[in-house]
Amino acid sequence: MANTVLDVQDLSVTFQLRDSEVDAVREMNFQLTEGETLAVVGESGSGKSQAFLSIMGLLARNGRATGKALMGDVNLVGMDKRRLDEYRGRDIAMIFQDPMTSLNPTLRLRTQLAEVLVRHRGFDRKDAVRTSIEMLERVGIPEPAKRANSYPHELSGGMRQRVMIAMALLCQPKILIADEPTTALDVTVQAQMLDLFKSLTEDFGTALVLITHDLGVVAGVADRMMVMYGGRSVETGSVNDLFYDPRHPYTLGLLHSTPHIAHRAERLDPIRGLPPSLEHLPKGCSFNPRCAFCFDRCLEERPPLEPIGGDRKKACFYEGPLRYEEVA
Amino acid sequence: MMAQANVAEDTLLEIKDLKKSFSIATGLFGKPLELKALQNINFTIKKGETLGIVGESGCGKSTLGRCILQLIEPDAGQVLWLGKDLMSLSPKEMRQRRQDLQIIFQDPLASLNPRMTVGEIISDPLRTLRPELNKRQRQERVVRVMESVGLLPEMINRYPHEFSGGQAQRIGIARALVTEPKLIVCDEPVSALDVSIQAQILNLLADLKDEYGLTLIFISHNLSVVRHVSDRILVLYLGRVVELATGDEIYSTPKHPYTRALLTAVPIPDPKLARERSIDALKGEIPSPINQPSGCTFRTRCRYAKDYCAEQLPPLERIPGNRQVACLRWEQIESGEAEPAA
Repeated sequence: MANTVLDVQDLSVTFQLRDSEVDAVREMNFQLTEGETLAVVGESGSGKSQAFLSIMGLLARNGRATGKALMGDVNLVGMDKRRLDEYRGRDIAMIFQDPMTSLNPTLRLRTQLAEVLVRHRGFDRKDAVRTSIEMLERVGIPEPAKRANSYPHELSGGMRQRVMIAMALLCQPKILIADEPTTALDVTVQAQMLDLFKSLTEDFGTALVLITHDLGVVAGVADRMMVMYGGRSVETGSVNDLFYDPRHPYTLGLLHSTPHIAHRAERLDPIRGLPPSLEHLPKGCSFNPRCAFCFDRCLEERPPLEPIGGDRKKACFYEGPLRYEEVA
Repeated sequence: MMAQANVAEDTLLEIKDLKKSFSIATGLFGKPLELKALQNINFTIKKGETLGIVGESGCGKSTLGRCILQLIEPDAGQVLWLGKDLMSLSPKEMRQRRQDLQIIFQDPLASLNPRMTVGEIISDPLRTLRPELNKRQRQERVVRVMESVGLLPEMINRYPHEFSGGQAQRIGIARALVTEPKLIVCDEPVSALDVSIQAQILNLLADLKDEYGLTLIFISHNLSVVRHVSDRILVLYLGRVVELATGDEIYSTPKHPYTRALLTAVPIPDPKLARERSIDALKGEIPSPINQPSGCTFRTRCRYAKDYCAEQLPPLERIPGNRQVACLRWEQIESGEAEPAA
């Protein structure tokens, strides 16, 4: 049995607005095991990014997280910032969609990269620079020794994202959280990056959390997935199970909404309506206004996320087969 | 001869040798650099067809869309609308034509004036392009297109910020439709939308195309989306057309090595297929359009490139099946004669 590297229990995130509170994430529970890739899928406002920002202690100032995110017996949620810095970067790292905002524009790459090693692993400057250059090479940057002298603006978007990954991996963290890491990249560069992720989880045993809205990306690299809607996890399981036999109507809807280059459908089957506003979530199941399978109980009660056999869980009362023809 | 006349008859738009460069200032005394955005673009669009234009960032796809609509003035070439060159029209004549040629933009909220109501936004093109209509006639048309795009007529007095991205895109589509255009250029119309909303808008565009008899130019970096909507697909690389064929042909038998690589890089939402296929990974990234490689501009990333690819620019040639490709080695690649470099 592979080791659990992160155990998230009842994680909730609340934002204080001027005269109200909004729950961005509610009662999230999952475990992450060594070397696996977990895709977290959802649309804007589903809470997929906020959940992980809260684990990293990076919530906006009006945000508050409760629950636990355990690395061993250390709980990261609500930890004092100074103590958190011992773990951030060293054991758990996060990269974002736009690498430019995460790199310091005034420092050469070698300086930024080396600092991570000096600070977290007590390297001396010279070793730190040498190791940094090796890592740049490892993530596929051509002429790494020369590139290390560049400033971030001198690199293309794909190269910057590689630098971010290199920086995140310098300390060989147990957990790497990647928030839409390829969304801003062209498809050919995206394919290179996804390949890189795959080899990194294999070579370093890093557990990767891939936050994305793109089911194509998920199918290519993830082992397990978690689908989020309205701040809650609504279905979890292996990628194969969820793609070939989705049990939550929202998962099914996402799959039917995604155009597929290999077999062209005449029409897509979109999910009707709009994603909910977190401030005005419907009573009962949050998905009920858009759900083709909704019945009376869904309007009153919120379905809990429950095991449904195998390694799967779903939060839905509907027990029949999820076929649109049956309810049309 | 008859056949030729028929071709001409259902041709709505013909682009001939279109070129566009931008000059980039390099400081006070530096010689400005030339960014060649589009070079020798040639293609035609038939009435009622959807032409997809795909390519990666910086390939010139948006510039092409804007050049067709004369929102950006091309440097050379012709944009023949029903046989008449739009580039030769006076601004006044062009304004009259604009009711036939409309555009939908990527960022739906940014493309709507936040200080105008939905009704004002949608009727605005009528004010300038159809001045003969009175207020009541304008209002009638606005309500009709709002219903067509799935907006409730009672939303007419609301402001853009009250709408979500998907609804804002419906407003943008209604604004493009209100002049009853013949052609709409859709520039990344669903890229900023969530997956479930993206599918709604794609279906809406398909319905409107039938209802209004539209011809569409659909520009996107997302090949799956382009394949879903398009009859024919034009692949751009660094401002040049490298391949043009039907969607099925492009997908099942891509000829240009760039098209081949692009297709294998497209994420497939099917775990088994995604893992089984071999990715024809392209090395490196797109060269800068300011400093383009000699000869074939794709050769720096091409696994089949030979020395002569650096010397000769491959022409866009017509090949059997009414398709076009710009590669000196496509036949050798297809027959397996050309060995890819490791």
